[in-house]
Amino acid sequence: MTGPLRIGFIPLVDAAALIVAVDKGFTSAEGLDVTLVREVSWSNVRDKLNIGLFDAAHLLAPVAIASSLGLGHVKVPIAAPFNLGINGNAITVSPALHAALMEEIEGGDRFDPMVTAKALARVVTKRKRAGAEPLTFGMTFPFSTHNYQLRFWMAAAGVDPDEDVRLVVLPPPYMVDSLASGHVDAFCVGAPWNSVAVDLGIGHILHFVSDILVRAAEKVLAVRQIWADKNPETVAALVRAAVKAAEFIEQPENRAEAARILAQPERIGVDAEVIQRTLDGRLKISPDGALRESGRYLLVGREEAGCPDPVQAAWLYAQMVRWGQTALSPEALKTAMGVFRPDLYDAAVGRSGQSGQAAGGSFSAFTGPAFNPADVAGYLASFEVARRGR
Amino acid sequence: MSAEQSPKIVIVDESPVRAAILEEGLREAGFTQVVHISEMQSLLARIYSVDPDIILIDLENPSRDVLEAMFQVSRAVRRPIAMFVDQSDSASIQASVEAGVSAYIVDGLKKERIKPILDLCVSRFNAFAKLQEELERTKSQLEDRKVIERAKGILMKMKGLNEDEAYVLLRSTAMREKKKIGEIAQSIITASEMLK
Repeated sequence: MTGPLRIGFIPLVDAAALIVAVDKGFTSAEGLDVTLVREVSWSNVRDKLNIGLFDAAHLLAPVAIASSLGLGHVKVPIAAPFNLGINGNAITVSPALHAALMEEIEGGDRFDPMVTAKALARVVTKRKRAGAEPLTFGMTFPFSTHNYQLRFWMAAAGVDPDEDVRLVVLPPPYMVDSLASGHVDAFCVGAPWNSVAVDLGIGHILHFVSDILVRAAEKVLAVRQIWADKNPETVAALVRAAVKAAEFIEQPENRAEAARILAQPERIGVDAEVIQRTLDGRLKISPDGALRESGRYLLVGREEAGCPDPVQAAWLYAQMVRWGQTALSPEALKTAMGVFRPDLYDAAVGRSGQSGQAAGGSFSAFTGPAFNPADVAGYLASFEVARRGR
Repeated sequence: MSAEQSPKIVIVDESPVRAAILEEGLREAGFTQVVHISEMQSLLARIYSVDPDIILIDLENPSRDVLEAMFQVSRAVRRPIAMFVDQSDSASIQASVEAGVSAYIVDGLKKERIKPILDLCVSRFNAFAKLQEELERTKSQLEDRKVIERAKGILMKMKGLNEDEAYVLLRSTAMREKKKIGEIAQSIITASEMLK
């Protein structure tokens, strides 16, 4: 076993399994001495993991893949033996944009992303005609699910995310301020920031990302590949602790306690009540107090959420290709899929041969063909709006 | 500096004191073009207008992610790269990350010219951290002294001790309980307030 471990995290609800694993003593029960270090930016988490100041980290799934491919930054192969969350993001819009979209929906189902995307396309066209500034959307990082989810949604109705609107990176704690000040018209971010905007009366949650993609890998527990090779027992112990924590969080009777642990000022530092809404998938979506419930808002451990699914990694890689962040190559696809390590997960929990295909295998979205990692080119060719070959 | 023109350096830091320490150090070392940006809201616009060769930013600044995004899509700033792209000098990278400084360098700037800037910043960041630490220590010492004075007063009044005796009682209690004198003094104040 290794000595004391330092693990970096960003204060977001999808760090739940990691935080609860440490604060509820599941890591110490595995013989691990873990210190959690709260961080402010994904670049910081990534860099500190890359140079070994962190042994492991709560990381955006696409950052783990980009790091392994050397995209946008230095190439450091990453292994993800545990998936810290499925879904969990939402798209929040300003009251003004919300009103404009609702006007264009005209009786359609406002929870249908195709209906809202088409409404967005009409709003964008009207603004262009009127000579207004393009709409600005905030997201958290170039290599992020938030970026790809926003793009996937708007492009479905022909809105080009690079030409018709502005997509900007904003640190999550600045999202709410930026919406209030009119710096952005909308954002896609994880919990608790959507709820914070709604509670302040300055935003409407337009979509849970589970409306757009049924099941999308959000954050992973990331370690350096070299470190994983050298410390297999530590990796297994960490995964076991995270699995236990995820199981604990998913028991409805434990939610209040989990929310209290996460609410601590040195962890996420927001009201336990707001955190519990996320864990329960029961969110206030508009300032008038309207609630919306979804069993798929954030999956921490149920439906095999914790087991990394290489098909998810392949889909994220496909988004990087679709939006011109990299070119399509079979080797890169293989590398991307190899970042997600169901084998390490299986070994840790003592099962064999299931390789994460059990529940996670299928991947579906509200539009577009079924995703098949064996034919990424064919999949991408079906989309009209894309940035291929840049 | 040689005849070659001094690179344009932007310091992104919300702490005016640290930025001043950095700026002064860089100027002393002969870097003449140094600009400090403290306003995060209009960060991108300001960086575009300066068009720097090097951007130095505090690692704890959440806007680092904003900078990274800018570098991936930017046409205005000429393809900047993060310092970590050059992995050949991992010791100095580690030192700068540990100190809390991150550097983004515009493509094309010679490595030999980056190194002294980075080294200087690391030592200045460390000096700033030490300064902060000293300030904190002095503050808490001052606070402790006030608390001890009040606790002594309470002991003198309630137990009829003189000042020296009151202090000796505080100190011996602290030693026995393996606590700081300040903590014992604070608990005496709290207790006496509750008993009022």
